[in-house]
Amino acid sequence: MALVEIANVHKRFGQQEVLRGVSLCVNAGEVVCLLGASGSGKTTLLRCINHLETIDQGEIKVADQLIGYTRGSDGRLREERDRETSAKRARIGMVFQRFNLFAHLTAEENIIEAPVQVLRQSTEAARKKAHELLASVGLANKVHHYPHELSGGQQQRVAIARALAMEPRLMLFDEPTSALDPELVGEVLETMRRLAQSGMTMIVVTHEMAFAREVADRAIMMADGQVVEDAPPAQFFSAPVHARTRTFLARLLEKQA
Amino acid sequence: MIFDSKAFLDALFSDIFFMPAITTLGVTFIAMAGAMILGFGGALAALSRFAGLRWLVQGYLGFFRGVPVLVQIVFWYNAVPVLTNNAINLPALVAGTLALALNEGAYMTEIIRSGLLSVDPGQREAARALGMTKAKALRRIVLPQALAVIIPPTGNQFIAMLKTTSLLFAIAVPEIFSTGTNIYSQNFRYFEVLLVVSIWYLVLTALLTAIQKLIESRFDPRKSRKIEALPAMEHG
Repeated sequence: MALVEIANVHKRFGQQEVLRGVSLCVNAGEVVCLLGASGSGKTTLLRCINHLETIDQGEIKVADQLIGYTRGSDGRLREERDRETSAKRARIGMVFQRFNLFAHLTAEENIIEAPVQVLRQSTEAARKKAHELLASVGLANKVHHYPHELSGGQQQRVAIARALAMEPRLMLFDEPTSALDPELVGEVLETMRRLAQSGMTMIVVTHEMAFAREVADRAIMMADGQVVEDAPPAQFFSAPVHARTRTFLARLLEKQA
Repeated sequence: MIFDSKAFLDALFSDIFFMPAITTLGVTFIAMAGAMILGFGGALAALSRFAGLRWLVQGYLGFFRGVPVLVQIVFWYNAVPVLTNNAINLPALVAGTLALALNEGAYMTEIIRSGLLSVDPGQREAARALGMTKAKALRRIVLPQALAVIIPPTGNQFIAMLKTTSLLFAIAVPEIFSTGTNIYSQNFRYFEVLLVVSIWYLVLTALLTAIQKLIESRFDPRKSRKIEALPAMEHG
C-alpha cells in the first residue's frame, strides 16, 4: 500500500523551478534513498512532503491525506489551517542536516517536548519513553546533557530519538550525515540501518552511496527537479538506465578514487 | 560658591521626594510593560508574511522614533483634548505614561524583533516538523531562546525610561525632577536640590541595575544547568 503518494509536484522559488513535475510513491515499510547532485531538488521534495515548503502544483498525500492543503468543493486545493497541518506533521518524523536540537533543552527535554506538548502525554510516560529511546541509540548516559555538550553524531542520534518519540509512520531524513565529521558518520548510519530493519518507512536524502546500496529498497536519482531513475539499488548502481545517473555515479567514483 | 549644606540635607532627608519616587517608578514600570506588549506585537507584525502589517510597523517605528519624546508627551496631554473637543482629556499622569509607552514600544519592537531573529530558523522548523503549531513553536522553542538576547537591552531601556520620566515635569506630573524644580524655584538653591534629585535617580537606577543583573543571570543559557548536581541516570 502506498504510504506516500506524490503526484506531478511543481515548486518554484522566484524564477527558478526546483521541482518540475515529480511523481513518486513510497510503500509502507519501504526505505527509499533520494540521490542526485546538489540543486537537483531532492531536499525541496523532502520538505514538501511534510509541508515545510508549499507546493505550486500537484499534490502530496501521506496515508491518504493531503498535507497542508484541503480540497475545496470546486476541486481546487486550498491551504489548510495551521492546526490541522500541525496535527498531520506530528506523525511524520524529520531529521535535519544540522540536527536542530532545541538548544535550550537537554537531550531528555528535547525528546519529551513534542510528546507532552503536542500529543498531551504525561511527563512521566514521555520521560520513560525518552530514556528507552536514548538507550536504543546508545546515549543512555547523556539524558541530561545539553546539545552543545554533545558531539555532532550524538546530537543527530538524539534528533532521531526525538523524532521517534512521536511514533511516526514515516521518517524523513535530510542529508543526516552531511554535517558530521567523517568519523561520526558511522554511528548515525548504524542507527538508521537498525531503524530500517525495524520496518520503518524512510525517505532519505543522502550522499552515502554505501548506505543506499545496502539499506535502501529503492534508489531514486533526481536531476533538474525531476525523477530520472527509480530502481532497486542493485540495478541502480550496476546498470543505471539514464545517462544522468551514469555521469553522477561516475563522478562519485572519481571523487572516491 | 557657597554650598548650602542645610538646604541640601533638608531636601535629602525630607519625605517630600518619597511619593514622587514612587510615581517615577510606577510610571517607569507601567510604561515599560506597555512598551513590551507593544514591542512583542510589533515584532510579530514586523516578521509577519503580510506586507500590510510590516508597513504598519515601519510607519509606527518611523514616526515614534523620529519625533522627540517631549513633543509626544505634550501632544497627548495638551493637543489631544483640543483635537478631540475634550472627548479625550487624559490626566497628566495617564497622558505622560501613555506617551512614554507608545514611544518606547517602537524601541522594544526592534529589540524583540532582533531577539526573535537571533534564533536559528532551524529551531522553529524542527518544532514545526514535530507537529507544534506556529504559536506553540514560538512560545516553547523560539521565545525562550530569544530572551537571552532580548533581556540585556531591555534592562538598559528600563534604566533609560526611569530617567526619561523626568520629562513629565513639562506636563506637571509630580515625579522626582518636577518636585525638585518646585523646591528650587522657591529657595533658589539649584545646585543643592539638583544634587538631591540626582541622588534619588542614582539610587533608583542602582536598584534597577541590581534587578537586571539578577534576571540576566537567571536567563543566561550557560547557567541554566538546573540538573547539573544530579548524577546522570543509567539505563538499559
